[in-house]
Amino acid sequence: MSKVTPSLLVRDDRTKRRNAAERRFRFYGLGAIGIAALALVVLLTTVVSSGVGAFRQTYVTLEIALPEDKLDKTGTRDPDLMARVTTFGYAPLLRAALIRQLAELGITTDLSDKHIGEMISKEAVATVRNHVLANPELVGTTLTIDVLTEGRVDGYFKGRVTMESAALDGNTSPEALEIAQRLADLGVIKTRFNWRFLTAPDASDQRPEAAGLGVAILGSLYMMLVVLVLALPLGVAASIYLEEFAPKNRLSDFIEVNISNLAAVPSIVFGILGLAIFINFGGLRQSSPLVGGLVLTLMTLPTIIISTRAALKSVPPSIRDAALGVGASKVQSVFHHVLPLAAPGILTGTIIGLAQALGETAPLLLIGMVAFVREYPAPYSETAGLFGEAATALPVQVFNWTQRADPGFAERASGAIITLLVFLAIMNIAAVLLRRRFERRW
Amino acid sequence: MKDIQVIESTQTTTRQKISAKNVKVSYGETIAIKDVSVEIAPNTVTAFIGPSGCGKSTFLRCLNRMNDTIDICSVTGDIRLDGENIYDRNVDPVQLRAKVGMVFQKPNPFPKSIFDNVAYGPKIHGLARNKSEMADIVENALRKAALWNEVKDRLENAGTGLSGGQQQRLCIARAIATSPEVLLMDEPCSALDPIATAQIEELIDDLRQNYCVVIVTHSMQQAARVSQKTAFFHLGSLVEYGDTDQIFTAPVDPRTESYITGRIG
Amino acid sequence: MWVFEFFISLPVVVIALATIGFWGAKVRATAASQGDVRTLAALPKAHATNAFLSVIVPVLVTVFVLYLIRSIAQKQGIETLSFPVLYWTVLGVAALGCIGAIRQSTRSFRARTASERWIKFLLLCASSVAVLTTVGIVLSMIFETANFFRDYDWVDFFFSAEWAPNFRGDSALGILPLLWGTLYISVIALLIAVPVGLFAAIYLSEYAGPRMRGFAKPMIEVLAGIPTIVYGLFALMTVGPLLRDHFAQPLGLGDSASSVMTAGLVMGIMLVPFVSSLSDDAINAVPQSMRDGSFGLGATHSETIRQVVIPAALPGIVGAILLAASRAIGETMIVVLGAGAAARMSLNPFEAMTTITVKIVSQLTGDTDFASPETLVAFALGLTLFVLTLGLNVVALVVVRKFREQYE
Repeated sequence: MSKVTPSLLVRDDRTKRRNAAERRFRFYGLGAIGIAALALVVLLTTVVSSGVGAFRQTYVTLEIALPEDKLDKTGTRDPDLMARVTTFGYAPLLRAALIRQLAELGITTDLSDKHIGEMISKEAVATVRNHVLANPELVGTTLTIDVLTEGRVDGYFKGRVTMESAALDGNTSPEALEIAQRLADLGVIKTRFNWRFLTAPDASDQRPEAAGLGVAILGSLYMMLVVLVLALPLGVAASIYLEEFAPKNRLSDFIEVNISNLAAVPSIVFGILGLAIFINFGGLRQSSPLVGGLVLTLMTLPTIIISTRAALKSVPPSIRDAALGVGASKVQSVFHHVLPLAAPGILTGTIIGLAQALGETAPLLLIGMVAFVREYPAPYSETAGLFGEAATALPVQVFNWTQRADPGFAERASGAIITLLVFLAIMNIAAVLLRRRFERRW
Repeated sequence: MKDIQVIESTQTTTRQKISAKNVKVSYGETIAIKDVSVEIAPNTVTAFIGPSGCGKSTFLRCLNRMNDTIDICSVTGDIRLDGENIYDRNVDPVQLRAKVGMVFQKPNPFPKSIFDNVAYGPKIHGLARNKSEMADIVENALRKAALWNEVKDRLENAGTGLSGGQQQRLCIARAIATSPEVLLMDEPCSALDPIATAQIEELIDDLRQNYCVVIVTHSMQQAARVSQKTAFFHLGSLVEYGDTDQIFTAPVDPRTESYITGRIG
Repeated sequence: MWVFEFFISLPVVVIALATIGFWGAKVRATAASQGDVRTLAALPKAHATNAFLSVIVPVLVTVFVLYLIRSIAQKQGIETLSFPVLYWTVLGVAALGCIGAIRQSTRSFRARTASERWIKFLLLCASSVAVLTTVGIVLSMIFETANFFRDYDWVDFFFSAEWAPNFRGDSALGILPLLWGTLYISVIALLIAVPVGLFAAIYLSEYAGPRMRGFAKPMIEVLAGIPTIVYGLFALMTVGPLLRDHFAQPLGLGDSASSVMTAGLVMGIMLVPFVSSLSDDAINAVPQSMRDGSFGLGATHSETIRQVVIPAALPGIVGAILLAASRAIGETMIVVLGAGAAARMSLNPFEAMTTITVKIVSQLTGDTDFASPETLVAFALGLTLFVLTLGLNVVALVVVRKFREQYE
């Protein structure tokens, strides 16, 4: 080896170049993390910033005169007879109330009465009517009540609608917004936290200001119950079989391959399955949380099985040997010793599976959960059975609102996403805490 | 430490290849090596022996800064290769490791062909100008590692397909291919059967012609067979260092004697 | 109607019978022991469990089988099993199980073995749900697809480049434009997800310190936990308009907010955590000795990664990419909201195109008439999608399994 050995203290050109390549490579890695972080931040901030408005709602305080000759011609105060007056009978009363209040407050305007009336939400009329029917003694008095403003007035106070955009909009005008601003200055129009968004049912295309998530949350809750009741025992039982009892044969192999494949089948295929098998073949009801829950159960089952098996695997064989050694049967060793030790892991996996099911949309579209539902579904009814009444689900409601024309629904959709993400965050945090609390190192 | 005086007298005429002074290594709070000083001569096989966990492998890994890859590991003291401090701020471990090659306990061929395994080092260090030069380097290295005759017809086959002993010789060839000056071997035979071990030991003896070889071994017989100098480590310190014959026949330190005779370790 | 009977009264009666069996068997076994349970072949508790399961398990099986028969018969237009017949059959099975189990509870009856047989049978049934699901998926799509091909030529379906459904009949239902949109979007998504995900995985497993990992890993997991509808909304409201205003319109490439690029970009982000976590597993599976070998030869960290770690982890990474591709092809909400509805075969990535999944949704939502080819085509599309993803999944699973075996 007659080689001149260069000093270690001097870096040759090649080493310099190689070190530069090293730094570049490292930078790419950091860049990839940065891109992911940036995407997450942008995603969350845009959703939150465009959806946070849904949690605040603008109300106008009206003092509505409720004349007997219009609302209760018979004078009996019988709600059944009073119900004959439709919302068309109430609408002029609300309009008149606002016009009178404007005059009293000294606000003059060129706006026609019709346009002034349009500043109040169409939902408000129904609200007032229901209130009067529930309290018939109010007829003949003046009712002071907070009602929803129309979506664009609401949008104006949240910055979504501006004077410029209003000038181009056939449904509102800068004049109307000016009036709204003056009413707000005088405290007649107020913006406050919007509980209705979480409790009220969906509303029609014309009234985004009234749309809420009540039915969707209820529907999602029912489906999660179905998934929990079916997927947890099925998943645990299947995992126990595969992990502890399955003989090494073709059938077990086939089941294993099936499970790992099902975990990667596109979710929409499960929707097709639900439509064809549960609805068409099995005769279950469309749009029902029962069918939704069944479809989501089949979809989350592989997730739960995979995590349950991991939890069972992490219980050391010495525990099983100890149980078998004192004369317990295989079944006893599993149910008395292995399963309790694996329980925290199983629970964590189940929560994560539920979270996945809660956010799933595509299969639910196919089994009719996009329907427009305004009635709160009952968990059981004589006609529809258990979880058989039509409902929607949180993520489907988001999709539903994105398909509506009124821009007010974009805010609602983002608001629904925030709600969904809060639920998911709670579930995932619960799973993490559970894991931390019960994590065991063997 | 009394062991240091031993070497002072024996080796003064030849220039030392590696000289380590007061080396300390710690992993976080735990101290792995305390105050080790050693001089390693060129063209000799130096063996580090001692019970497991005595720090001999850790010290070996200091010699080509392999410990740098472990975050919590810190090395203090002075280690010089041909008089240059290898822990100097200006020294790039990449350049250092090209000069100080390493062979590991378990044969670890890359998932590449036999040829590419050997060519890997020369390629990254840019030692060959063209294909035929590379072929020469590879052949040369395989010949020196006594593997050429066994693999010359299947250089394109995967290195992982060889037997354990062949894999280890492939790893030696891979280390030789970058023309290092020092070869560090960390228990190179512990995963091999006796026949493969004998082949590797024979090879180590041959390698002494061109390289300075440092070998860590848990087998005293192996140290006696292949090395000229032996260092005995115990509980993180260097207990005794000297000619292999002397260590095995007339150990100075009682601990060395206990170990050699099988009372500890 | 019979809603009340099936949802309320039947379960209550069955559980009541099971409970009667439970106590009956226990009491009988205890009586047979004459005060010393050690003389029994099994504990009274085991007799009780056996009796309970002897009611529940046969009932579950009967309900499932009878319901299946009834549904199949109904499909053929035959009313075989009326609800009263179903109801009383199930109750009969429950009663038989209850009485039989109590009668069995004698001194020498090995009740524990018997009850464990029931348990194992239940466990086996639970794990065969996965198989039933696959069978259900395949059957449901094959039957309707066969119906579709009776009305519509399969050659036209697979090889026609025109998609123009018309609910008055005479539709053109060629899959090619949908397939093109699907693949185009998937390719863009993978072009984003693979490099970003792979580099993120490399950085996290090779370079990042514990603090960086502690921050970046959960962040990527959050990205993975976000439902696809959120990504879809992001595409619709943010990315689509952004791309249109800043790229498509200035470049004169179109003025549609929904486009292949929009959907591809957002889907790419969605797939990043998927690629990165699977690649992370693959990279971590490469033994440390491999890296040591490379470092020992004086390779830099990036040389080690590029020339040793990645080639060693390659099968795992390829598996991850295949699974990501399968995800991309089957993804629905992002393309429904981001890609558009126009079936088109164009190279311009800023144009709206559509995918197989979008058309499955649009053909099957709303009022569906299961006789028209316009609806049935969705099942043919679904089957195509299933076969495509199944192929990718199976290849990926095989590749990954081989890879795992290599280092185990």
